[in-house]
Amino acid sequence: MSSITYLEAIRLAQQRALAEDPRVFIYGQDIGQFGGAFKATKNLAKEFPGRVLDSPISEDAMVGLAIGAAVEGMRPIVEMQFADFSTCGFNQIVNQAATLHYRTGTPCPLVVRLPSGGTPGGGPFHSQSMEAIYAHYPGLVVMTPATVEDAYTMLLEAVAADDPVIFCEHKFLYYHLKAEKLPESALPFGKARITRPGRDATVVTYGAMVHEALAAAEELLHDGYDTEVVDLRTVRPIDTDTILASVARTGRLLVVGESWPWGGVAAEVTARVATEGFGLLDAPPQRLNAKETPVPYHPALWGTHRPTASTIANSLRQLLEL
Amino acid sequence: MTKSSPAAPASKAGMAKALPVGKNEDGAGKGSGRPVAREITRRAYRTMIEARLLEEKLAALYRSGKIVGGVFLGRGQEALSVALGVHLRKGDVYAPLIRDQAGRLAFGDTILDTLRTYLGSSLGPMRGRDGNIHRGRPSEGYHAMISHLGAMVSTVCGGLLAKRFRGESGAVGATCIGEGGTSTGSFHEGMNMAAVEKLPLVVVVANNQFSYSTPNDRQFACADLMARAEGYGIRGRRAVGNDLLDCLGVIGDAVAAARAGDGPQLVVADLLRLVGHGEHDDASYIPDALKNSPLGRDCLEIAVESLLDKGWITGKEVSDWHDAVGREVEETASKVLREPAPDPSEEDWNAFAMLGRGASGEDAE
Repeated sequence: MSSITYLEAIRLAQQRALAEDPRVFIYGQDIGQFGGAFKATKNLAKEFPGRVLDSPISEDAMVGLAIGAAVEGMRPIVEMQFADFSTCGFNQIVNQAATLHYRTGTPCPLVVRLPSGGTPGGGPFHSQSMEAIYAHYPGLVVMTPATVEDAYTMLLEAVAADDPVIFCEHKFLYYHLKAEKLPESALPFGKARITRPGRDATVVTYGAMVHEALAAAEELLHDGYDTEVVDLRTVRPIDTDTILASVARTGRLLVVGESWPWGGVAAEVTARVATEGFGLLDAPPQRLNAKETPVPYHPALWGTHRPTASTIANSLRQLLEL
Repeated sequence: MTKSSPAAPASKAGMAKALPVGKNEDGAGKGSGRPVAREITRRAYRTMIEARLLEEKLAALYRSGKIVGGVFLGRGQEALSVALGVHLRKGDVYAPLIRDQAGRLAFGDTILDTLRTYLGSSLGPMRGRDGNIHRGRPSEGYHAMISHLGAMVSTVCGGLLAKRFRGESGAVGATCIGEGGTSTGSFHEGMNMAAVEKLPLVVVVANNQFSYSTPNDRQFACADLMARAEGYGIRGRRAVGNDLLDCLGVIGDAVAAARAGDGPQLVVADLLRLVGHGEHDDASYIPDALKNSPLGRDCLEIAVESLLDKGWITGKEVSDWHDAVGREVEETASKVLREPAPDPSEEDWNAFAMLGRGASGEDAE
C-alpha cells in the first residue's frame, strides 16, 4: 500500500463504516458527487448510492436530522465544511444531541466531523478549534486525533460509539501526515498516549500541536533536556490518570493548545493537575495557547498567533529553569 | 410538487393578523377538509376533555406548590392539537410542542406519564431529569421537545429519513409550532430540508396571535403565514383552529397526503390561547376584543355543539365522560403524589450512554 495521508485515512474510515454497517450514512454540504470541500468523501457517493447526501447549507437542520435518524437507530456522520460553521448547528449539538440520553434514556449515536484548526491563509472563519466549547457540555465525546492511524481508528470508534461524538480532525494534518498502513487495532478512545517518553518535563497536548511539541522536544535535547509528550487523543473523556502518571515522573507540566487559553482544554488539564496532583509538581504548571485575538489571515501573523515548536521550546526552557 | 395557492392578504384590521373564523380567501378553512367520521371525532373530543381536565389539575397542583418550575397549558388549542394526534399511528414520528397536551394523549402519552413528569416522579419517563412539556419516549417515535423553538422540525425529518433508508413507507412525521416559532432559523432550515428531501412531514402552525406577549405585527411582516408554504415549495392548508371538525378534516387531508407520498405539508390555523403563556402569566396583553371575537371561542364548546348537532353524542355521554376523566385524573394525581421523588444518591450522574465501555467511561474525570 502506498503512503496514506491523514485525510485519506478519514475517507477510508468512512468507506469502511459505510461498507460494514448499513446504519451509517453521511450528510453534509458538497459531500456527494463533489466529494467534499477537502475530498474526505471522494467517490463515496458513487460507491454507496443514496447514503452520502448533499445537504442544504443548514448546519442546525443537518445536526437535527442526524439526531432524529440516530434516535431511529441509524449511525449518521455529519460533515461540517469547516469546524467554524458548526456554531450554526451549536444549539442542536449541545442542547439536543448532548442532553438526549440523560433526559430520555434513548442514546444519540452520531458523529459530527469538524475540519478544525489553522492553516496559512485560513483567517478568522476557517481556522477555529472548537474542542473546548463542545467538551464543556456533558454528554459529548470530543476526539482530537493527531496521527493518521488515530484519525482512522478513532473515526471508526466514533461511529460505533453510542454517544454523540465531535470529531475534530485537523486540517493542517490533512496532507502533511502520512502512514504506510492503517492499523486494525488501536488504543481505545478516552486513553491518552505517551508519544515520546522523557524524564525532565511533560508536555500535554493534542491535534496538530502534538507534532510541534515533538519538534520542540527534539530541540530541547540539544539543551540536555528529555521531554515527555502526552497526546490526549480524546479531550473528553479526558485521561487524567495518564497525565498525572506522567507528571509524577517528570515533576513539570506544560500544556499546549492551539485554541485560545480562556476556559480551554489547556486550562482544564492545568486545573486537574493543580488540584489532583499538586504534590507531584516541582514547578508551577504552565500553559501555552494561541494569542487572544481572532485567528489572523496572513501567514506571518498566523504563524505567530499559534504555538509553534519554537515557542513551545522556549516555554519548556522557562519551565525547566523554574 | 403541488404548490399552494397564492395567499391573499389577510385583513390587517385589529390587533392581530387573524382571519375571520370560518372564512378565508383561498377557499381553505371551514368545511374544506375531508368529511370527518363519527368515531374519530368522538375519540378526539374525549381526548380534549382529558387534556382540559388534566391541565386544570396541573394548574391546581402548581398553585398549591406541588409542581415546581413552569406549567404550560394548551387551553383553547386542544382541537387543533388533538386533530393531529388522532391522525397519527404507531410507527409515525411525533414531536409535540408546548400546547399539545391533547395531541400527546391522542398519540399515546398518558395522564400517568404527564403527571409523573410534571411532579418529577422517578417512575416517569423523564425520571425527574426533565419536566413538564419536555417529555417523550424518543425510541417509540415520541420525541421530547427541547425549549429552542424550531429545533424539532429537522429532528422529525431525521426520523423520516431513517425510515426511508430502511425502506419503510407509509409513516409520517409531525410536529407543531406557534407562529412565533416560525421566526426561528431552525424552523426555516428544517422546513427547507424537509422540502428538499421530500419527506412525509406535517407541520401544524398554531397561530395564537401572541408569542408569549409579542403580537404578530412584531413577529412577522408577511400578510399570511400560509405564504411560507409556497416559499418552501410545499402544500399549505388552512384550518379553523378552534373548530374540531374543521381541524380534523384539514389535518386529516394533510396527513393522508404526506402518507401518500406528496411531500411535506403545512397547516396554518388561527386561534387564541385562552390562558397565559404559563400559569405564571395572566395574559393581560390579550385585548378583550380579541377574547370576545370568534377566535376566542372555546374549542371544547364548539366541539360539543357540533357533536350534539350531528347526533354523534348525547348530553349524558358528555357528562359521563367528564366524570370518568375527572376521576381518572384525581386518582392518578393522588397515586403520583405518593410516588418516590428521585434520590440524588441513587443517580449515576452520568450523561453518557456508553457506561461499561472501559475506555470510555468518565471515571478518569
